[in-house]
Amino acid sequence: MLMRLNSLSRFALLFVGLFFCLVCIQGIVNILIQQSFSFFDLRNYIVAILIGLFITLIIDAILRKTATQIILLIVFSFLYIPMVVLIVYSFNASSSVGVWGGFSIKWYGSLIHNKELLTAVSYSLLIGVVSATGAVILGTLASFVLVRFKRFKGSKVFSFIASAPLVMPDVITGLALLLLFASIRSIFGWPNTGILTICIAHITFCTAYVIVVVSGRLRELDQSIEEAAQDLGAAPLKVFFIITLPMILPSLVSGWLLAFTLSLDDYVISNFVRGDIQTLPIVVWGYIKYINPDMNALASIIILIVAIIGFIAWLLMRRAEERKLREMRMANH
Amino acid sequence: MSINVKKRAFLMRIKALKQAFSTGKNYVIGIPYAWMLVFFLLPFLVILKYSFVERFGRRLGEFTNIINFDSDKLIFTLNFHLGNYNKLISFSEFSDSVTSLWDVINSNLYWLSYIESLKIAMIATIICLLVAYPFAWAVSRCQNATRNLLLLLIVLPSWTAFLIRIYAWQSILNNNTGLLNQSLIWLGVIDSPLTILNTEIAVYIGIVYCYLPFAILPIYASISKIDNTLVEASLDLGCKPLKTFFKVILPLTKSGVIAGGMLVFIPSLGEYVIPELLGGSNSLMIGKRLMDVFNSRANWPMASALAVVMLIILIMPILYFNKLQNKAGDNK
Repeated sequence: MLMRLNSLSRFALLFVGLFFCLVCIQGIVNILIQQSFSFFDLRNYIVAILIGLFITLIIDAILRKTATQIILLIVFSFLYIPMVVLIVYSFNASSSVGVWGGFSIKWYGSLIHNKELLTAVSYSLLIGVVSATGAVILGTLASFVLVRFKRFKGSKVFSFIASAPLVMPDVITGLALLLLFASIRSIFGWPNTGILTICIAHITFCTAYVIVVVSGRLRELDQSIEEAAQDLGAAPLKVFFIITLPMILPSLVSGWLLAFTLSLDDYVISNFVRGDIQTLPIVVWGYIKYINPDMNALASIIILIVAIIGFIAWLLMRRAEERKLREMRMANH
Repeated sequence: MSINVKKRAFLMRIKALKQAFSTGKNYVIGIPYAWMLVFFLLPFLVILKYSFVERFGRRLGEFTNIINFDSDKLIFTLNFHLGNYNKLISFSEFSDSVTSLWDVINSNLYWLSYIESLKIAMIATIICLLVAYPFAWAVSRCQNATRNLLLLLIVLPSWTAFLIRIYAWQSILNNNTGLLNQSLIWLGVIDSPLTILNTEIAVYIGIVYCYLPFAILPIYASISKIDNTLVEASLDLGCKPLKTFFKVILPLTKSGVIAGGMLVFIPSLGEYVIPELLGGSNSLMIGKRLMDVFNSRANWPMASALAVVMLIILIMPILYFNKLQNKAGDNK
């Protein structure tokens, strides 16, 4: 009988049944352990609703023989609940987390007057742009080496140093670079730790990520187009700039964006080689360690920016999909 | 005669080199190669060097030299200071009460940290894989358009600053004012607040939360490559779904699972931010210990020795990961 209903009504029926069961069980348990149980206490019902929903979802999934939605739901709630919590708390008038003191936007106001933070943001953006650009240039060259000239002297070592930064723990990378800069400095009296050393460190570990993105695209490319251009007498450099570059441009852009976000996000490595420059993660670290209510508003702004970027990315993806479908239809006609 | 041949061969080689550089191929190889050698491989040699020196004096950056040259007697002396490694592996004086191996390990904080880190990284990796596998499978079952959106939604949190995500968990798990405890107490599920923050459980939650996308993506890539006819054939031939999973699907996705596992295991072994912010002062992970040695006592040589031992532990997994990457590249 249950299987013949449509999904929504079956769900509702299950839920209502479970809900009453849970309220009854709660009442019985409470009477058994001689606690007062009042039918007017809202909390009992909320607990019952929550547990009921959860169990209903699982039973429903088993009945319909699809566990997919359940898994998706659980994992995504795990991923996104912390984000939602932060956004809600940023409007909290009380300065301590967990105590709701009414709705307020005063923290956002105090952010604008925070000089230290604004300087840190400008440094971070500068370092991010420089590092991402450097990483894309190096990463593109390295991808060409890995995909096109497969075997050459030292290719094994090359592929190792192209993929090892992906997994190397940050503390090791940071310490190693700091000691390197210190050694170089003891010999040449240069460089002082600062923006330059942070950029070098970021370029080094971001390159590996760019390589993953760009070399994936390069492997898919049809090489015959380039060969055709060469046959028609174009010089290798010209072939690269006129044929290859436009074809791998999307992957370069996504690689650049990835490197940029990684650079903005990095705390551990920057902390080793920063000298006395304060980047955004360094300031944020201070706020977290020495509790500062500005933190909530700052976190929300960052989350909001990310959400907007994500939405734009989704729109672009959808447009690309639609174009593909249209082209396929055109081809079929 | 032979000299002539040699000379000609030499000239040929020069010509070949000139040609190689004129087409620019060697520049393409040389530029990234040189950069990565100088800024990624050379630093490890520097770390190795630093782990054999000793600090002296009060000021930062005064270390003993490994190679000393005495200009009066023209004598080179090598001076390897082994004290850092000695500190790493030696155990404190035992009393007679020591009975088990565990007591021995307990007497050296560094040993304890390494073992603890290995344990935490392994368990966190296993949890990540157990969550990521069904999830990747669920995503691969969706329609094309939904699939891309779901993948975007997985990656989106990892675009948000790492520290901010940890901070969010701090405000959820906090022992007194945390959202979780507040809501559970308000609902009457528990009477006294649970202590989760500053325990190992919080470290596990943090690592799984931050590294889950890294486990999901390679597994998803390998699942989406499976040829469905193989699965259908197995089911047609009377294999039960569970057996099909273990005999057909799992072996086909093995590479994705291993790559995902490595991407979680290796970085989380040296994790510093998560144990520092979620694990509290009692957490014993090696990354945190290294930073403590580095920050509080500014003892660079000792920190280097710790990093060297960590690298020795990680070198096999990293090489293996590299091999997988190359294989994945060749198969495409």
